[in-house]
Formats: sequence, structure tokens, C-alpha cells
Amino acid sequence: MNEVTKISETMFGLGIESTAHTFSCSIMEYDIVKRNGKIISEERSIYKAPSGSGIHPREASRHHMDKSPEILKQCLKSANLLPTKLDIISYSAGPGLGPCLRVGAVIARALSSFYCKPLIPVNHALGHVELGMMLTGCNDPLVLLVSGGHTMILAFANKRWRVFGETLDLTIGQLLDQFGRYISLSSPCGNKIEEFATNSSHDYIPLPYIVKGNDVSFSGLLTAAKSNIKKGCDIQNLCFSIQETSFAMLTEVVERALSFTQKKEVLIVGGVSANTRLQDMLTQAAERQDAKLYSCPLNYSGDNGSQIAWTALCDYQSNHRNIEIENSFINQSWRLDSVDVNWRF
Amino acid sequence: MGILLLQVKLIKKGAEADIYLIPWHGKDAISKIRKVKSYRNRYLDDNIRKKRTIHEANMLSNVKKFGITTPFLYFMDPVQAEIIMEYIQGTNVKDVLSDSIAFKIGRYVAILHDNNVIHGDLTTSNFIIKDNSLFLIDFGLSFFSERIEDKAVDLRLFKEVLSSAHIDLFKEAYESFITGYSSSTKNNINKILRVVGEIEKRGRYS
Ligand SMILES: Nc1ncnc2c1ncn2[C@@H]1O[C@H](COP(=O)(O)OP(=O)(O)OP(=O)(O)O)[C@@H](O)[C@H]1O
Repeated sequence: MNEVTKISETMFGLGIESTAHTFSCSIMEYDIVKRNGKIISEERSIYKAPSGSGIHPREASRHHMDKSPEILKQCLKSANLLPTKLDIISYSAGPGLGPCLRVGAVIARALSSFYCKPLIPVNHALGHVELGMMLTGCNDPLVLLVSGGHTMILAFANKRWRVFGETLDLTIGQLLDQFGRYISLSSPCGNKIEEFATNSSHDYIPLPYIVKGNDVSFSGLLTAAKSNIKKGCDIQNLCFSIQETSFAMLTEVVERALSFTQKKEVLIVGGVSANTRLQDMLTQAAERQDAKLYSCPLNYSGDNGSQIAWTALCDYQSNHRNIEIENSFINQSWRLDSVDVNWRF
Repeated sequence: MGILLLQVKLIKKGAEADIYLIPWHGKDAISKIRKVKSYRNRYLDDNIRKKRTIHEANMLSNVKKFGITTPFLYFMDPVQAEIIMEYIQGTNVKDVLSDSIAFKIGRYVAILHDNNVIHGDLTTSNFIIKDNSLFLIDFGLSFFSERIEDKAVDLRLFKEVLSSAHIDLFKEAYESFITGYSSSTKNNINKILRVVGEIEKRGRYS
């Protein structure tokens, strides 16, 4: 039922992202000869939870449903491309919030069946990594994926991205957001916490530093930070101390993985990679291990449609495999290290 | 000190520490110095380096009485965060891992756990093989605990190392490790493995 892929130098792919806060569509062009890509157009709309409260999956999915027609239309319009010219349709199939993932999947299925285009499900975490590598041009990095949904250290081996370290409980994004909401910020709170930290008097308030081998744990840190608020500690210094403690923990486990794997590149991707203090710490650790730090461009560190479009294009180009509508799935807890990456060796 | 310095050789820049080969009363020895981490807040850094140095020194000697082979401790300075210990001229397990070594590691970990010692950093690079003896090093993150949760975190870490750095050997090596552990422990391995499974589910979308 799918159109035979045309023999040409380039392919166009549509990517739809709807894992959590963000609904986004992107159209990318893949150069088959040069094996690189270009973002032709991208549109996003981000669901904002009321201040002091977290993301509500159903509310967020309603936001995505409301915004999707406009975002999709605008994306096609800025690309100046008719849907018939697309070669593939892709969507973020997980991991993420069920109701949110469903919105992207439904739209992707509809487009795929209406226009008879191959449908490609993409692992969201893989999208962060692959787009980050394409945009920074690094080759064989140790990857730190830090976002609301993930805190992982990854390296490629034997067809898959393997997990060298991760959080044992909260992700770094959850730590920052849950603390932020506790002090009545509206999430995502990372930005505001960084601002408070920068403007503080830089007086360190001791907080639990928990590294377990290659892994970290943030739940004790969150509890301690909250109880310091109750004791009346200065909020700005507390934000400073949360960053100093949690980012040093992350940097330490990255340095461990670097020393173990002897990789010469470190790549940070995911929403929290936008934080300049984290980047600064990682630069210092990388230097000590004779490695170079690459960080995903600010504009693409958070969730976006291009990470989906790009990964789907690489995938489809490598194996020309797509899935039938009736087999198209979402998987809320789809593990990155269960995905075969056929275009890397 | 000047002449001595000439004979000091940096052999490894570990993640945490610099490892030097030094002469010590006519013998080769290892000096492990936890250097200041420039990225870490100074107060935090001083605390961590001092605490880990003390833990490591104590535990190196402590676990010997359970039958765990470790380098002999010669000297410790918590302020400089320096440990001087026996030099084990052997092969790092990271480079020569096999099923039978994984089995031995499993037995070691069971012995530690039955004595309520959590190693805290069970990676293959922290085992050295020399003349058929297995040496365990790097006790900086070790502590005492009776909790199943802490033992499970130890096992999970070793599993994570196998499934990432040793993916080719993962299945068999992990099985041998667990078999080795079960053969030596008085604890209920299934109970611990259940907690391992629970921990693996945390920290991810579920
Ligand atoms: N007593 C010893 N004899 C011989 N080699 C040793 C000894 N102690 C350490 N080493 C070598 O130095 C490396 C690093 O040592 P260690 O693990 O104690 O330091 P670290 O900085 O904590 O390292 P890691 O990078 O594993 O965190 C070991 O993998 C081993 O190869």
C-alpha cells in the first residue's frame, strides 16, 4: 500500500513530537549522498502548567490536540511543501506520557494512510541523541542525556546505545521542576532556578551528594532541599546549592564513564543541557580526561519535531522498513537500549 | 623528596584519583591521590575527598578478615586525600573478563554482603587478577548496611556494567555472577533480585 520510494538524491520526512509538554512538527531534508540533513521548517507549541503544579497528562494532551492542526499547517506552509511531496511520516512512539503520545500517533497514522506514505515510529530518547550528533558533528561520543524524562549516560556499542549510568530515582529535570514548584515557580523551572543561582551570593548550603558507582540518586537531595525551605533558608542560595550538588554528581559519573570508556568526545543533549553551569562543569571534567565537550544547540536541546524527523530518515534510509498502520504502536516505557540502530557501526 | 620525585610515575588518571607508582621502603607501591576537582564546590569537594579516603583505607583492611583479597594499606592521609598501598602487578579484569571470573566476583560480593559491606562501585575495572588471585580495589564508595535495597543497588551496578561495557559477554557473565553469588550467600538471592528489578524500573517513564 505504500508508495515506492523514488530514486532521488534527497528525501523529505515529517516528524511529529508529542511526548510530554511539547507538540512539534518538523520537516527535514535528508541528503542521501552526503548522509546529512537540513531542517526545512519546524513549529512548536509548549503546554504550560499553572504555576506550582506539574504537567497533567490529560491537560497536556488536550493542548496538543487543540494546537496540532495549526502547527502542522504552519510547518508545511513554511517548508513550502505539499504533503504529497513527503517521503515518510514519523512520530514519537515513546517513552513518554500515554495520552500525549497518542495525539502524535493518531495524526501520523491519519497522514500516512491518507497520503499513502511509509509510517515510522521513533524512540524519543534516540531522537535527542541522533539529532544532537548531527547538529554538533561529533563521531563517537559519550552522551549525557538530561531532561525531564531522562538522566542517562550512553555510549554506542554493538548496534545499540548502551546505558553506562543513570538515575536510580528522579531525573534531573524532575528534581529541578519539583523543587521549583515547591517554591511556586511554573514548570519547566530550570531556567528560573539557574537565574536564581546566578544571582545568589554563592553561599553553599550542604545537601546530600549521592553517587552510587556510575549512577546517581536525587530523591534525598530533593527532600533535604525542601526541608531547608521550611527552615527559612535563602531561596537563591538554595537554588545555587541544588545546582552545585546535583550537577557535580552528574559530572562525576560522566568523568567515571569517560575514564572507563576512554571516549574522546562528550555530548550533552536534552532540556537541561541548556544550563551554562552544567556545561561549565562538564567542560572541566572532559578536559581532565582529554576529551572535548559538544553541547546540542540551545534551540534544539528541548523536545522538538526535528529529533523525530531526523532519526526516522536515518532509520528508513538504512533499512527501508516501515510499519503498517494496524501495527503502529506507542510504548510509554520504551527502553532506548532495546532499539537497534542500523545506520551506526 | 627531590630524588624520590624522579621515581614517581603517574600510571593512571582515574575518574576520581591520580594513581602513581612510587618507591616505598624499597618496594614498589601505589599512591592514590584524590585531587581537588575544580568543577566541584570547594566545601563539598573537601568533604567528599576526605570521607572517601577514610572509607577506602578502613575498608581495604577491614574486608581481609572475611577472606577478600585486597592490596595492603601502607599509609593514609585524609587531609591530602592520599592512600599508599601495595602495588598489585596484575591484569585488570575489565580487559580479561570471563565467565569464571564473573563467578568468582559473584562469590566475593556475596561474602561482602553477608558481612553487611556494600562496595558501592562494583565495576570490572575495580578487580585485578594476579597469579590466579582476585584483588578487589577502590572502596571509596563503600559503607556498612544490612538493607536489601543497598545490596540490590550493588548487584544492579554490576549488571549495568556488564550490559554496557561487556555486552558481548553479558548473558553468560551475568548468569555466572549470579550463580557465584547464590553459591556463597546466606541471603535469599531471589528477594534481592526482585528489588534489582524494581530499581531498574525507577527513574524512567512507567
Ligand atoms: N593497588 C593497586 N595496584 C595496581 N594497580 C592499581 C592499584 N590501585 C589502582 N590501580 C589501577 O588504577 C586504576 C584506578 O584506580 P581506582 O579505581 O582506585 O581509582 P579511581 O580514580 O577511583 O578509578 P575509577 O576511574 O575506577 O573511579 C585501577 O583500575 C587500576 O588499574
